[in-house]
Amino acid sequence: MSEPPGATVALAEAPTADASSKQFAAQRVLPPRRPGRWIATAVVLVLAAQFLHGLTTNPFYQWDRFGYWFLRPNILDGLLITLEVAAYSAVLGLIGGIVLALARLSKSPVLRAVSWTYIWALRSIPLIVVLLFLYNFSALYKTLSVGVPFGPAFLSFDESKLATDMVVAVIGLSLNEAAYAAEVVRGGILSVDQGQHEAAAALGLPKSYQFTRIVFPQALRSITPNYVNQLIGLIKSTSLVFYVSLLDLFGTAQSMGSTYPGDIVPLLLVATVWYLILTSVVSVIQFYVERHYARGATRSLPPTPLQKLRTGLTDLRARVRREAAV
Amino acid sequence: MSARTLEPLADVEAATVEVYDVHKWYGAHRVLNGIDLTVRPGEVTVILGPSGSGKSTLLRVVNHLEKPEIGHVSINGELIGVKRQGDRLKELSERAILTQRGRIGFVFQNFNLFPHLTVLDNVAAAPVATGRLSKPEAQELARELLGRVGLGDRTGAYPRQLSGGQQQRVAIARALALRPGVILFDEPTSALDPELVGEVLAVIKDLATSGTTLVIVTHEIGFAREIADRVVFIDGGRIVEQGPPSEVLDRPRHERTRDFLSKVL
Repeated sequence: MSEPPGATVALAEAPTADASSKQFAAQRVLPPRRPGRWIATAVVLVLAAQFLHGLTTNPFYQWDRFGYWFLRPNILDGLLITLEVAAYSAVLGLIGGIVLALARLSKSPVLRAVSWTYIWALRSIPLIVVLLFLYNFSALYKTLSVGVPFGPAFLSFDESKLATDMVVAVIGLSLNEAAYAAEVVRGGILSVDQGQHEAAAALGLPKSYQFTRIVFPQALRSITPNYVNQLIGLIKSTSLVFYVSLLDLFGTAQSMGSTYPGDIVPLLLVATVWYLILTSVVSVIQFYVERHYARGATRSLPPTPLQKLRTGLTDLRARVRREAAV
Repeated sequence: MSARTLEPLADVEAATVEVYDVHKWYGAHRVLNGIDLTVRPGEVTVILGPSGSGKSTLLRVVNHLEKPEIGHVSINGELIGVKRQGDRLKELSERAILTQRGRIGFVFQNFNLFPHLTVLDNVAAAPVATGRLSKPEAQELARELLGRVGLGDRTGAYPRQLSGGQQQRVAIARALALRPGVILFDEPTSALDPELVGEVLAVIKDLATSGTTLVIVTHEIGFAREIADRVVFIDGGRIVEQGPPSEVLDRPRHERTRDFLSKVL
C-alpha cells in the first residue's frame, strides 16, 4: 500500500502543479491509519479482563459479604459522619484560606507575617498531631475565657462541654485545610492578569467590589482544579478522625473488622467503593464548576460529556460510512 | 418623569488638567524629570515621544496609577491622590483616590476588559459599583454608549468573542460610562491589527469634536495632525517642545523632535 519513494516519483513526474491540484480537488483528506492504537487497545482490554476476572472469581474478596455490609446502617452512619466532617471542614477551610491568602497579599507587614507564620506552622505539623493535640486540649486548658491577658475575664466557657468529638475533628481538619487552601487561593489570585487590577483601579471600583466581582471570579478558574484536589485529599484525611474517637466511614469499617475478623477485606472494599463514589461525585461537580467559570475565558465553552458523546457517535458513524465506501 | 433622559456626551463638563513639576523615578532610573503641563477644557492634547521617554508614565501619573515622587497633578483645581496638610502634600486614602479616579476616563493599550463579564456588564460595572446609578439605569446608559461606539448589537457578547478594534471601542464606552471630564488614552491603537486602527480612531475623533478634554499618547502622527489642538513632544522625561501640530509636526524647532519625526514618518 504505502510506497513513499513511488509517491515522490509520481509527484515529480506530474506534468504541472495545476494538474495535480485539480486531481485532488473536492476530495476529503483521509486521516492516517494508526495500527499502534489498535494494538494498545487490545493489550489494555486483555489486562482489564484479567483484572476483572481476578476481582470476581478470587474467593478472597468475599463479594457476598461486601453486599451484606455495603448498605448496613452503621456503615451509612459512618458515611454520614465522613460527609459532615468533610463538608464543614471544606467550607471553613476555604473561608480561612481566602482570609489567609488576602492577608499574605496585603500591604500590611503585620498581616503578611501572621499569615506566613500560620501557613508555615500548620503545613509543618502532621494532621494527626493537630487532631490529637486538640483532642487533649481540654486537659491543658480547662476553661476558655475572653478577657485581658493577665487581667480579668469577661466570658468563660467550660472546654469539655464545647469540644465534642465532632467539633474537635472539624476544627482540626479546618485549621489544616485553611493553610493549604490559602496557598491555592493565593496562586489563583496571582494568576489574574495585572491589567485587570489596573483597569479595576482606573475605573475607581471600590476595593471590595474589585476583589469579589473582578479578581476573585477570574481567580476561581485556576483555584477550582487545585482546590478540588485539596478537597479530595480532605475527604480521605477524614479517615484520621477515627483517632479522636469519631466513627466515620473508615472508622466504622475498621471497628466492624475487629468485631468480625473474617470480614476485614470486604469491609475495606466497602470503604474503598464509598470513597470512589464520593470522589467521582466531586469530580463531576468540578467539571461543571470549571465550565461555569470558563465563561468569557474561551471563545466557546467546552462540551459537556453528553455533547461529547453525541459528536463522538456522529463522527464514528461518518467514519464507518467513509471506510465502507473506500 | 418615568424614563430618565440621558444627556448627550457634550454636556459632560470638560475638565482642566494641570501637571506641576512632576518627577518620577524607579530606584536610580529617572522616568520623569520635572513635567509642567496645562490642558485646557475641551482641548485635545497628543503626547509624542520615543519609547521609554516617559509619556505613558506621565499619563498614569495623571490618574494616580503611578505616584509622583515630587510634584502633583490637579483636575479642575482639585489635587489628585494627595491633599494639602500645612505646607506639605499628604497621600490620600485608597478609598478617596478611587473616588477621584471614578471621574477620570482611562483607555489602556491592551484594552483590559473584564473577560468574565459581558460587554454590557463591562460598561455598566463602574456606575453601579460606585453607587452613582441603579443597575437598570447603568444598563440603559451602557446600551446608549455602546450604540455610540457602533456596538449596539454586541451587548451580550464576551470580550474575547470580539475583534481587537471592537474590544477597544468597548473599553472607550466603559471609560465614557464614568461621565468623565477628561479621558486619557495610553497608545489606544498600538495593540491592533493595521486594518482595525481606523475604527478606533474614528471613535476618538468623534469624542474630540464633542468637546471632552482628551490626552492621547499615540504613534499615529497623521491622526495627531488631524485632531490635536496641541502636540507635546517628550524625550528623557522632559517636555522638549509643544504647540499646535502645524508647528511641532511641520516645523519642529528642536533637533530631537526632527530626529524622532524623521524616524516615524
